Amino acid sequence: MELLKCDNVSFSYENTEVIKNLSFTLNKGDYLCIVGENGSGKSTLIKGLLGLKQPSDGKIIRSEGLKSNETGYLPQQTPVQKDFPASVFEVVLSGRLNSRGLKPFYSKKDKIAAEENIERLGIEGLRYKSYRELSGGQQQRVLLARALCASKQLLLLDEPVTGLDPIITEEMYRLIDELNKKEKITIIMVSHDIGSSVKYASHILHLNFDNSFYGTKDEYLKSSEGKSFFVQE
Amino acid sequence: MAEQFESILDMFNREFMVRAMVGGMLVSLCAALLGVSLVLKRYSMIGDGLSHVGFGSLAIAASLNMAAPLELAMPVVVISAFFLLRLSESSKIKGDAAIALVSTSALAIGVMVATITKSMDSDINSYLFGSILSMSETDMWFSITLSVIVLVLFILFYNKIFAVTFDESFAKATGTKAGIYNMVIAMLTALTIVVGMKLMGSLLISSLIIFPAITSMRVCKRFITVVISSAIISVVCYFTGLTISYLHSTPVGASIVIVNLAALIIFSAVGLIIRLAGNRK
Repeated sequence: MELLKCDNVSFSYENTEVIKNLSFTLNKGDYLCIVGENGSGKSTLIKGLLGLKQPSDGKIIRSEGLKSNETGYLPQQTPVQKDFPASVFEVVLSGRLNSRGLKPFYSKKDKIAAEENIERLGIEGLRYKSYRELSGGQQQRVLLARALCASKQLLLLDEPVTGLDPIITEEMYRLIDELNKKEKITIIMVSHDIGSSVKYASHILHLNFDNSFYGTKDEYLKSSEGKSFFVQE
Repeated sequence: MAEQFESILDMFNREFMVRAMVGGMLVSLCAALLGVSLVLKRYSMIGDGLSHVGFGSLAIAASLNMAAPLELAMPVVVISAFFLLRLSESSKIKGDAAIALVSTSALAIGVMVATITKSMDSDINSYLFGSILSMSETDMWFSITLSVIVLVLFILFYNKIFAVTFDESFAKATGTKAGIYNMVIAMLTALTIVVGMKLMGSLLISSLIIFPAITSMRVCKRFITVVISSAIISVVCYFTGLTISYLHSTPVGASIVIVNLAALIIFSAVGLIIRLAGNRK
């Protein structure tokens, strides 16, 4: 089932085009990794897919079944968050906000959903801890639990392993993979880590201005873009 | 001791003190609630900028001999709030520099107008540093109305304010209209500043926004406790500062800021002790 479609999309950033004529289709259950050099427009594209930024040309078509309040998002951490006084539970629960509509307070159901996602990511022990006292890996887990509270279908992750040590990184990838395989959540992930992208993803989007590559992982490995990365290894 | 207690009681028999007490405590309550979000979002300088704009517009109102200077100051400061918010969000101009430009310009214009027209002659000092006598009956009623609005909006939108403060891009991405909440907070901040400005002084009013939030964050770890404790800290510090000012005839704005500073030092020390004790375990 089609979930999201980019039709000849272009994006500009401060009047310079960074992405030109990009087209691809994402199906339900896909695991898409977006790779590319710095400044190739990975974060810009994510913002576009989330509806935070309008494309300068072309169209992003969301399937009827995908509402914006069913999308989860794991943004890059901001300096504001690093020392934010909030308990883990407060942060995770805030992911349920989009299903509240105009109702001002959380219901029991929301709290149960938050609890479930806390357990799912194995951070029960941190429930009452302050977010600012957690390690980088723990903070990422908390933000992932929050994203899961918001997503029923689609999860977008913007460099989820930046700044994490190798063991925690591997764990994060495993977690994301599990969400994709077991819970059938469609994943779009921006990554610098091309090795792991190829290991877990089903599809790869390699951004390169007007000559981007989109295809399955196997196609990518045979393509010139993919080869250029793996020849050295 | 008994003598001092009597003079404190005496304070409540004076009408201007009751007005300063009620109006000021409500303004500090509003400022503390709004301040938590502003400080965490790194928007504290907006409060400072707005108070200077407030001074400029009060000076102009005074030179025009307006009966109710707040009527000019309020719309001007609210409009500047939107403007400053835009500046801070825009990546092209450096937000902090832009705010400094706006606030020093407003201050300069205000002083210039006031000096040329001699409209603030004797009380330019009280406009800058506050005056215990300045809370009029209208001002008090206005601060009561304002605090009711701020409290109701804050409780109703508490969860949204948390989400937007913690992570604006996540809130936006998942369908919360973050821009509206930013605007509402900026507007309420503008009104709070205008109401509290004459009492606290335009150079000192931003302390009511910044101090309580920073102070409670030294010790509190959850957002809800930060919000509640900064409201309490703010009101208690205001009351203490005002009482000191009354008993010892010290300048009111400065007394309140110094009490806030003392509270910050105490809370920092307590926070440090808690952290050290936690590390030992």
